[in-house]
Amino acid sequence: MIPELGTFSLILALLCAIVQGTFPLLGAHRNHYHWMNLARSAAWSQLVFVGLAYACLTVSFLSHDFSVRYIALNSNTQLPVIYLISGVWAGHEGSLLLWALILAGWTGAVERCSSAIPQEMRARVIAVMGLVSTGFLLFIIMTSSPFVRQFPIPLEGNDLNPLLQDPGLAIHPPILYLGYVGFSVPFAFGIAALLAGRLDGAWARWSRPWTLFAWTFLTIGIALGSWWAYNELGWGGWWFWDPVENASFMPWLVGTALVHSLAATEKRGVFKAWTVLLALFAFSLSLLGTFLVRSGILTSVHAFANDPARGVFILIFLSLVVGLSLGLYAWRAPSVRSTLVTSPISRESFILINNILLMVTTATILLGTLYPLVMDALGLGKISVGAPYFNSVFVPLTAPLVLLLGTASVIRWKQDRIKRLLWILTPILLISFVIGVLWPVFNMPHYSSVAIFGVTLGVWTFATAVVGVWSRTSGGNRWRRLRNTPSSFYGMTLAHIGVGVFAIGIALTSAFSVEKQVRMAPGDHQLIGGYDFRFDGVIDVRGPNYLAQRGVITVLKDGLPVSRLEPEKRTYQIQRNPMTEAGIEAGLMRDLYVSLGEPLDDGRSWGLRLYLKPFIRWIWLGALLIAIGGLIAGFDRRYRLPSGIRNRSPGTVTTPSVGM
Amino acid sequence: MTPRRRQRLVLVGLIVVGCTIAIGLALLALRENINLFFSPSQIVDGTAPSNTTIRLGGMVVAGSIQRGENLGVTFVLTDLAEQVTVAYEGILPDLFREGQGIVTQGKLDSTGRFLAEQVLAKHDETYMPPEVNDALRKVMAVGQ
Repeated sequence: MIPELGTFSLILALLCAIVQGTFPLLGAHRNHYHWMNLARSAAWSQLVFVGLAYACLTVSFLSHDFSVRYIALNSNTQLPVIYLISGVWAGHEGSLLLWALILAGWTGAVERCSSAIPQEMRARVIAVMGLVSTGFLLFIIMTSSPFVRQFPIPLEGNDLNPLLQDPGLAIHPPILYLGYVGFSVPFAFGIAALLAGRLDGAWARWSRPWTLFAWTFLTIGIALGSWWAYNELGWGGWWFWDPVENASFMPWLVGTALVHSLAATEKRGVFKAWTVLLALFAFSLSLLGTFLVRSGILTSVHAFANDPARGVFILIFLSLVVGLSLGLYAWRAPSVRSTLVTSPISRESFILINNILLMVTTATILLGTLYPLVMDALGLGKISVGAPYFNSVFVPLTAPLVLLLGTASVIRWKQDRIKRLLWILTPILLISFVIGVLWPVFNMPHYSSVAIFGVTLGVWTFATAVVGVWSRTSGGNRWRRLRNTPSSFYGMTLAHIGVGVFAIGIALTSAFSVEKQVRMAPGDHQLIGGYDFRFDGVIDVRGPNYLAQRGVITVLKDGLPVSRLEPEKRTYQIQRNPMTEAGIEAGLMRDLYVSLGEPLDDGRSWGLRLYLKPFIRWIWLGALLIAIGGLIAGFDRRYRLPSGIRNRSPGTVTTPSVGM
Repeated sequence: MTPRRRQRLVLVGLIVVGCTIAIGLALLALRENINLFFSPSQIVDGTAPSNTTIRLGGMVVAGSIQRGENLGVTFVLTDLAEQVTVAYEGILPDLFREGQGIVTQGKLDSTGRFLAEQVLAKHDETYMPPEVNDALRKVMAVGQ
């Protein structure tokens, strides 16, 4: 009964989405008030029905309704409750439903928060989101309904993939989707503005907070995925350039470009057409990401489904979205008049360089990700593009970006003098370089140019950010000036510091990690980077739905125990898959990481991975700072539109003259 | 030339220069980092080059896994037509087991042994890497 209710609500949600995607659009075109007004009720009813369908699936999971095929495949009576709830998005069908729910949620949020935006614009934005939603709901109903029943009803479910039974991965997909789907908002704003033929500063101002929030979620989502891979895959890596990771990283890069160019468009009225194009790209790449991950064409842990009908549908949907939006862009964008960039030495020019670097980086990653697929499709052989490719193109493209980023906090809009910039920045660069050289010398075991380079860049971003805040608030009462500085400036500062922390983390981890794979019998010692790892043996333990062998490793430094690590090799009872659970002692300066390999000599000794990972936490700490920066910037007071300007035309919205 | 035109020209120029550099870098990097996939049959009939990093995929032959010194291990991969011995030093992935389809990355030595630097097995016991699946299907089709 409940699954059927779910199917019915999905169909009702689809009908709402169709109404939401058509009438307001026509209404905006013909200036028909009531049709435009339909956007509101259609959007809310769609949210209610998708939410109901989602609730139905969750309830069926909680009540172990194995007559539903999706639940039988992804659940089990012994599964802990948290994984029953997260099991809803463990597979293809459920994660699409989650996608649709999040899209409906963003639509509701836009509806709720945009009462100050002219009705015509609002109707168009909601309608475009309704059209996207129509596509997704059609996809779910036609090819991938999670509510399909099966007979005979199995007594027990197939269990959730053990890899997904981890708190980090339980929240990774929803957060990632919040980011992916969130880019539909700037996309919808962009399409609406193109349709209206009105791309102005107000448009950029409306899209900016939404873009920032979506981008923040995407940042956290990617960082969580990386953190999970480090914990769960058992080989201590944090980024593999796996096609699926690239699929989420490309929209992030374009989103980053968009966040910056929106700032320039809002403040200075420059790059209007370019900014819209970025908004279209960011969402298109999010869709491409879904296609890559969910179509099953990739050799990947994420590719659960392998159904050609789905691939074809997403491909058609993707080409429709990309084709129509780019077509509209080609038709409308030439009439857009941007303000000219007055000087090559200005914040807007530097943002342009930032955008070019980010887009070129995206293009090279896209090339490496799609190249094997294209070669395969053309029958030119099966190939794989390895991580060295991505590293060798990524680093030379992003290092100048980080250097450029340091100038952001001090350079002025419109026109700046190169002499002034050099006067401020040269000493900072020199000091950063000195610290970059000294840090590894004092803190680290050996010389490494990578470390010097990374630490220099990291200190550079930090120092320039601090100097930026200082020089911005000097003259007059410093406290008052600090208070009056808009939070978007603090957000930018924090995010830029985050990039520096991230760079230091990557550089030190890759330069000074010690990794050993060894065979150890109980009582054996291994010395790794000054730490003495003693293997004390393996004991059997029983978890809620698995059996595990737990290794015990004592880590000593100078003869004194510093840590006891307990990596596990779990066997989940239903799927019988072994799973490696690493034993990690996390620290700000270093992680000690041990994972169990396989038993050797009939269990008398074990293969073990023993890693020492300096500063690896800084990678996720940096990502977290970047995300918090995005959040703070998104909550800037200036974006909270006062309702007083509700009925004025967007052209009259005044732009405060304070900085970013 | 109007300022707008000039600015557009500069912008286009910048983008062209950026793209050229990036494409140059990318192609250079691609040339060194593309790993072709081969099946055991292609190794045996000499299609696969030796001393270049390639990928080899197949099923692990039952009873072929042999432990050596330390973490050294050898096993035999098959596409049901031909067999290739693979040598590897290190910890094998969780799902490495007899009968499982796996992909290895490494180099072919002069004696026809495959020296693997990486062994990949994915996390699903019913999972068969698409490349291995295709190779197996090809052999089956020939056999019929």
